[in-house]
Amino acid sequence: MLRPFCFWSSFAPVIQSIGRRSISVIQSVGRVGYFVADMARGTRDIGIWARLLAGQMRRIGVDSLPVALFIAAFTGVVLALQASYTFTGAVPLYFVGTLVGKTMMLELGPVLTGLALAGRVGASMAAELGTMKVTEQVDALETLAYDPQSYLVVPRVLAGTLMFPVIVAFAIATGIITGWLTSLALLNLSTPDFIKGLKLFYQLKDIWFGLLKSASFGFTITLVGCVVGLSTRGGAEGVGRSTTRTVVYSAILILVLDAFWAVVLL
Amino acid sequence: MIEFQDLYKAFDGTQVLQGLSLEIKDTETVVIIGYSGTGKSVALKHIVGLLHPDAGDVIVDGRAVGTLDRDELTELRQGIGYVFQFAALFDSLTVAENLALGLRRRDLGDEEIEERVHEALALVDLSGTDDRMPAELSGGMRKRVGIARAIALRPRYILYDEPTTGLDPVTAAVIYRLMVRTREHLGVTGVVVTHDMRSAYTVGDRIAMLYEGRIRQVGTVAAIQETEDPVVRQFIEGRAE
Repeated sequence: MLRPFCFWSSFAPVIQSIGRRSISVIQSVGRVGYFVADMARGTRDIGIWARLLAGQMRRIGVDSLPVALFIAAFTGVVLALQASYTFTGAVPLYFVGTLVGKTMMLELGPVLTGLALAGRVGASMAAELGTMKVTEQVDALETLAYDPQSYLVVPRVLAGTLMFPVIVAFAIATGIITGWLTSLALLNLSTPDFIKGLKLFYQLKDIWFGLLKSASFGFTITLVGCVVGLSTRGGAEGVGRSTTRTVVYSAILILVLDAFWAVVLL
Repeated sequence: MIEFQDLYKAFDGTQVLQGLSLEIKDTETVVIIGYSGTGKSVALKHIVGLLHPDAGDVIVDGRAVGTLDRDELTELRQGIGYVFQFAALFDSLTVAENLALGLRRRDLGDEEIEERVHEALALVDLSGTDDRMPAELSGGMRKRVGIARAIALRPRYILYDEPTTGLDPVTAAVIYRLMVRTREHLGVTGVVVTHDMRSAYTVGDRIAMLYEGRIRQVGTVAAIQETEDPVVRQFIEGRAE
């Protein structure tokens, strides 16, 4: 015999699951809020984080430069070639300079570098802090009267926020240079024409917009790496999970922030 | 003095501590024994505020740890050395840097820090290992560095979390000797968490058995050895039934 259709029994598990996930998301947001408040308190211990800052700036900034420049170099080449392919006949070729410059400064420089460094910086940070957490090194730090926020989090987040704009500035310059070299070598575009295109719609805002955006990406990636790393549980498997989660969350947040800045500032 | 006052702690709905009460007097060493998973390490972590009680509290020198703010907790921790089960040495620092890290939180000059590091390493028979990385040390050496890191602070209290777990009998004996030497040289109050009865008999002034979240019995080594409590007897004799 067919049982009568019951709305509640059919949809209850789905609704319960949505409810549980919603609560979990709200709790996570709350935890991040507390974490940021603790981090702000941790900035008071200048004597602790100030001497660790230079090391983190080197690790996050200088050591990440080759990856960022490699990506930017090839992006510049592709941008120049795709611009010329799109403009053929319809638009003067010196617009290649405009497109390469604008795109590198406003979008691809910050976003591609951010996505690449979410993997390199965020994942390594989550793995390092996660390992420290599961091997009780974080507890040991606390018993030695150090605040993990001052010793581990503040120098990393500050270094990320300060160094990302520097890396992105180099990446933008590299992308524009490779775009120019490609225009010279493959598109028969002269240097004056490329520069003419580059200057055409240039505004100072193009630069600071890209750099501000990259500072927010640096803050986000390092913060996510620290939050996820320090909440690691369960040994090597937990560290692996934290690493993956950091890359995924960072990538999502970079794209959300990218849209946010575009809406707010452009 | 350290005093556990009716301490309760649960994790994810599982009640671990259920009214733990115990007093540790100055300069004595109390060994807390008990089955794996009964909350011995959990109790120890409450002393330094690494965990916060659900109810009850731990009183250290008259201060309730659960009520201390960030700065008061930092001050309290400066008087306590903690030896972790797996040493918890900082991977990225050398042996000497591991020892010096805690000392840098006190107002000590570089010379005094260096002197204390060498003194602590000598006390654990590890002189000359200053520049080695933790990954280059054996399990026993790591434990000894962990102890050196705690004693370099010249604390009033030292907490040992399973100090001989995973060690061969000879290395374990070296650690017992070291713990006794530390107590005799520095006159510190000690709390040792272990399920190793040889360790308990060697280093303890008193032994307390933690069972089902509270203290089942506490007494001198002789009193515990002669106990008629069937649960304690079974544990100390290591019988399956």
